Amino acid sequence: MSLVKTTIQTSDKPLGRDDLARLVARDIKPGSFVNLGIGQPTLVSNYLQPEQDITLHTENGMLGMGPEATGEQIDGDLINAGKIPVTELPGASYFHHADSFAIMRGGHLDICVLGAFQVSATGDLANWHTGAPDAIPAVGGAMDLATGAKDVFVMMTLLTRDGASKLVDTCTYPLTGVGCVTRVYTDKAVFLTGPDGVQVRETFGCTLEELQAMVPVPLTAAPAVEP
Amino acid sequence: MLKFIDTVGEAVAGIRDGSTVMIGGFGNAGQPFELIDALLDCGATDLTVVNNNAGQGDQGLALLIKEGRVKKMICSFPRQSDSWHFDAKYKAGQIELELVPQGNLAERIRAAGAGIGGFFTPTGYGTMLAEGKETRIIDGRGQVFETPIHADVALIKALKADGKGNLVYRKTARNFGPIMAAAAKHTIAQVSEIVPTGGLDPENIVTPGIYVNSIVRVAPAAGARTTEQVA
Repeated sequence: MSLVKTTIQTSDKPLGRDDLARLVARDIKPGSFVNLGIGQPTLVSNYLQPEQDITLHTENGMLGMGPEATGEQIDGDLINAGKIPVTELPGASYFHHADSFAIMRGGHLDICVLGAFQVSATGDLANWHTGAPDAIPAVGGAMDLATGAKDVFVMMTLLTRDGASKLVDTCTYPLTGVGCVTRVYTDKAVFLTGPDGVQVRETFGCTLEELQAMVPVPLTAAPAVEP
Repeated sequence: MLKFIDTVGEAVAGIRDGSTVMIGGFGNAGQPFELIDALLDCGATDLTVVNNNAGQGDQGLALLIKEGRVKKMICSFPRQSDSWHFDAKYKAGQIELELVPQGNLAERIRAAGAGIGGFFTPTGYGTMLAEGKETRIIDGRGQVFETPIHADVALIKALKADGKGNLVYRKTARNFGPIMAAAAKHTIAQVSEIVPTGGLDPENIVTPGIYVNSIVRVAPAAGARTTEQVA
């Protein structure tokens, strides 16, 4: 385990939300079937290029979801998981809820992109419930996405407002899934998580050493750049 | 025996106190508002309601909850920015909540309609929503045993019915309708249009009429679109 290769710093400042969304979009392989979670992950759709030929899935029963609907396009029968009116693209399909979740749970989606409260060093995900006694729990499709997609990408800020790392040794918030996260895109670095520990693919506005000082789990530089 | 009923009030008149009622819809898409309003008017209480959410704003399911007619919600996502009636009842300890991951909710409903006694799934394994449930390692993955959700009545919304009770839906308003229709002992569908038998292409029917007991036509709200996805 050596903290070398400062060359993995690919930006001299932390990435903003849109830059991060652009990076995630670029990393999605052409032809993929993808589900984008509510919130920050939705931004990724703004940066997918037509030549990537990405098909978006929405949990409420559609493949081939297009951009958010505006004006005359708004149709109450055509919404996304966040209940926002959307559009359909040529080649879209509709199906009932059990089929829609079979698409997730059966391992047919290539990638889902989710937000998170915490991710552990072994890829455990916590993103549905703070566990606070007065909080009303709501899970939606988070657990199905986390366990069903071939790859689970997380987008989040690395640190909480109080400066605590959200990449942790063990999640303290209630879990969404065990060992399910494969990549974590943050404003300060891209992490690859898995049984071999946490590898850093690239950093933004900090060196690997500076990053290590913020994160309570051992980091190594990823061996090779993968797209 | 399939019945075509003139009013939503007559359609829900047989729903008894203590029933388990599935209500279709995801958000407002596919939610059978007129049937829910009729359920409110008919006075049935002590209900267990199965829906993805727990009511929004001051309409439909939210009002049923506000009026204290729902003793238990089985749903995946009760907490929304406008779910204040559920929130108040829940915090006051006046409503029971069975929180179910959305895919488990859909598959448990499907299982009920398909005569399946239960299934193992990785969803929820290792989380608090699997506490107390049977687990197994299958193909190297931890999995949780889940049981079917049956209902006495399903209230669903479709676009069109024909004379045999076959249904077609519209876009993402389809959502839970087809699986709830199969899971309930008695399924009541509100539709925008009833066409003669033979008026729907058999290749495009989504819910076969065998799953449907009662049909009531409800004129679509002003401004609602009614074009079919498939011709």
